[in-house]
Amino acid sequence: MASVTYEHVTKRFGDVIAVNDLNIEIADKEFLVFVGPSGCGKSTSLRMLAGLEEISEGNIYIGDRLVNDVPPKDRDIAMVFQSYALYPHMTVYDNMAFGLKLRKTPKAEIDRRVKEAAQILGIEHLLDRKPKQLSGGQRQRVAVGRAIVREPNVFLMDEPLSNLDAKLRVQARAEISKLHQRLGTTFIYVTHDQVEAMTMGTRIAVLKDGLLHQIDSPQNLYDLPNNVFVAGFIGSPAMNFFDATLIMEDGKMYADCRDFRVMVPEERYGVFKPYLGKELVMGVRPEHVHDPQYAPPGIKPALVEANIEVTELMGNEVVAYFATDHATFLGRLDPRTDARVGMIKAAAFDMSRMHIFDKETEKAIR
Amino acid sequence: MKKLRKTLSKFPLHIVVITIALIWMTPSLGVLINSFRTSQAMKTSGWWTMFATPFNFTQWTLENYATVLATQDLARSFRNSLLISIPATILPILIAAFAAYAFSWMEFPGRQVLFSIVVGLLVVPLQMTFVPIYAAFNKIGITGTFLAIWAAHTGYGLPFAVYLLRNFLGALPKDLFESAWLDGASFWTAFWRLALPLSVPSLASLAIFQFLWVWNDLLVALIYLGGTPSVAPLTVRVANLVNSLGADWHLLPAAAFISMILPLIVFFSMQQYFVRGILAGSVKG
Repeated sequence: MASVTYEHVTKRFGDVIAVNDLNIEIADKEFLVFVGPSGCGKSTSLRMLAGLEEISEGNIYIGDRLVNDVPPKDRDIAMVFQSYALYPHMTVYDNMAFGLKLRKTPKAEIDRRVKEAAQILGIEHLLDRKPKQLSGGQRQRVAVGRAIVREPNVFLMDEPLSNLDAKLRVQARAEISKLHQRLGTTFIYVTHDQVEAMTMGTRIAVLKDGLLHQIDSPQNLYDLPNNVFVAGFIGSPAMNFFDATLIMEDGKMYADCRDFRVMVPEERYGVFKPYLGKELVMGVRPEHVHDPQYAPPGIKPALVEANIEVTELMGNEVVAYFATDHATFLGRLDPRTDARVGMIKAAAFDMSRMHIFDKETEKAIR
Repeated sequence: MKKLRKTLSKFPLHIVVITIALIWMTPSLGVLINSFRTSQAMKTSGWWTMFATPFNFTQWTLENYATVLATQDLARSFRNSLLISIPATILPILIAAFAAYAFSWMEFPGRQVLFSIVVGLLVVPLQMTFVPIYAAFNKIGITGTFLAIWAAHTGYGLPFAVYLLRNFLGALPKDLFESAWLDGASFWTAFWRLALPLSVPSLASLAIFQFLWVWNDLLVALIYLGGTPSVAPLTVRVANLVNSLGADWHLLPAAAFISMILPLIVFFSMQQYFVRGILAGSVKG
C-alpha cells in the first residue's frame, strides 16, 4: 500500500519531449488511469514509475521513498503488460511463482499465494498449462495473477485489455475493478480507450503530447472539461463543436454560430459577459441534442434546424448526423424519433449543458 | 487427380534433388563400401564393381576395422577428438551466449561499435591468425596441449556464434525481460532463467555446427598441436596414416569411416535442429 508522487517529471528521448513537467499525487488505494491518444506519454510515465525508463528531470516517490535510482526489482511494484509477457517455457504455476521464488519466499507460502490468486481469477484448472495452450483471455488472467501473487505496493497496468475482443474486454474491465476493491492496492492503469478510463478510474489523468491536460474524477472530467481537447476526448461519440460568438440582443445573450443562434441560459451571463464578440467555440455533447418531441423534462432547449445526413439505429437510441451550411453535429435521439435521412428537422440543444471555450487558448470559460 | 498432377509437376524438381544428393554421397559411399572389402578385392577392382556381385561374400570382411583399431592407435585418437571437440563446443557457445545477451539486453556505451567489431571478425581468414597466435601460444607455453586448441577453436567460433545468438536473443520480446526485472530478476538470473532456456533451439543448432566443424578440423589441430601423437585427434591421425601405411593403404577407408561415425550420429539424431537452427535468427522460435 503506498501513494505515488510525480514531481516535475520530464522525459526526453533525444530532442523529443515525451513527458513534460508531470505533477501528480496519487493517493494510496486510488485507481488512477492515464489516458490519451497514442504518443501522448502515458506509457512512458508508467514505465518511469516502474523503473524501465530513466527520468530525465524531476522526482518520483513511492510512498515517501524517492525511487529515481532504485532498480525496478526493488520498487515493490508489479506490472501487467499489454502483451502479457508470460514466460513461454514455464507453466502457469511457475509463471506466477517466478517472482516469489526469486524473492526467496518459502515454498508453502508461494503455493498458498499462487493457489489463492488462481482461485480469485478462476484459473485453477490451468496451472499446469503452458502459455501457448491458453486463450487470450486466459493469458490476460495469468498476467494479472502473476502481479497479484507478488502483493506489491502498486499495480501498474499498461493497456492490459487491448488484445482482447470487445466482449471479453467489457467483462475483464469489471473484473479488474472488482480486483481493485478487493485488494485495496494503488492501481495505475494506462489506456487509450476513454471508455475504459471512465468506467474504471477513481481519477483520470488526460495526457496529450506529453502534457497533463486535466486530472479529475470521471464525472468531473465529463461535466467540466478544462479545454477543447479533453472535451473532445472524453465521451463517445465525441462532443460537437461550433465556431461561435456571443452577442447581446434585447437584454438576452445568444451564441451565434453563423447558421443558427441559440439562447444562453441566464445564470451564465455573468461568466460570459467579458467574452462578448470574441471568437469562441461552443461545445454540445451528442446526448444533449434531442428530438424536441421526446426531449426530457428540465432541459433548456434551443432549436436548431438541420439536414439529416445519416442515421444509425442502435436500438436504444438513434444517432443522427445533422448538417447545417457550415457545421455538422451528432445527436443521440430517442428511438421513437421520426428522423429520417434527407429530412430537415429541428434538433433541441440542451443549453444548460453547453460548454464555451476560448478559440485561441482552447480553454474552457466558466 | 489433383494430387497426381501436383506430384507430377514436382517430378523434375525431385529428380534434380535426388541426383545432386547421389553425386554428393558417392565418395562417402565408396569409402564405406571399400572399408568392408578385403584388401585383395580393393586392390584388384573398383568399389563399384561389387554392385555386380553383392552376394559374393568372399569380398566382404570386418578385418580392416579390427586391424586399424588395434594397431593404429585410432581408439586413443578418437578419445582425443572427443576431448577436443566437447570443450571446444561448449566454451565458445557459453561465452557467445553471455556476449549476445549483453549485446541485446544490457545498456553500455559502445555496445553497437563492439558488436560491429565482433561481427567484423567474421571476415578475417583463419589462416591469417596462425603465425601471431602460434607465437603467442609458444610464449605462454601451451602449444601442443589441449588448452591451446580449445582456446583456438573458441576464438574462431565466437564471432559467428555471437552474431547468430544476438540475432535470436535480440528478437525476443522486450516485455519478457522487463517483466522478469520487475519480478525481481537481476541480469544474471534473467540470463539463466529466461534467455538461455528460450534460446535452446538456436543453441542446439549452433552446438551441432561447432561440434562438426571442430571434429572435422585438420588444419587448426595440425598447427597448434603439431604432430604430438598423444594429443592428436582423428583427423590428424588419419592424415598421417596416408603416409605411414604405405602398402597397407587398404586400411585407410576403415580409418576414415571411423572418423565419420560420430558426425553421422550427431547429424541423424539432431537433424531437426539443422533446418530449424539456420532459421533460428530470422524467425522467432
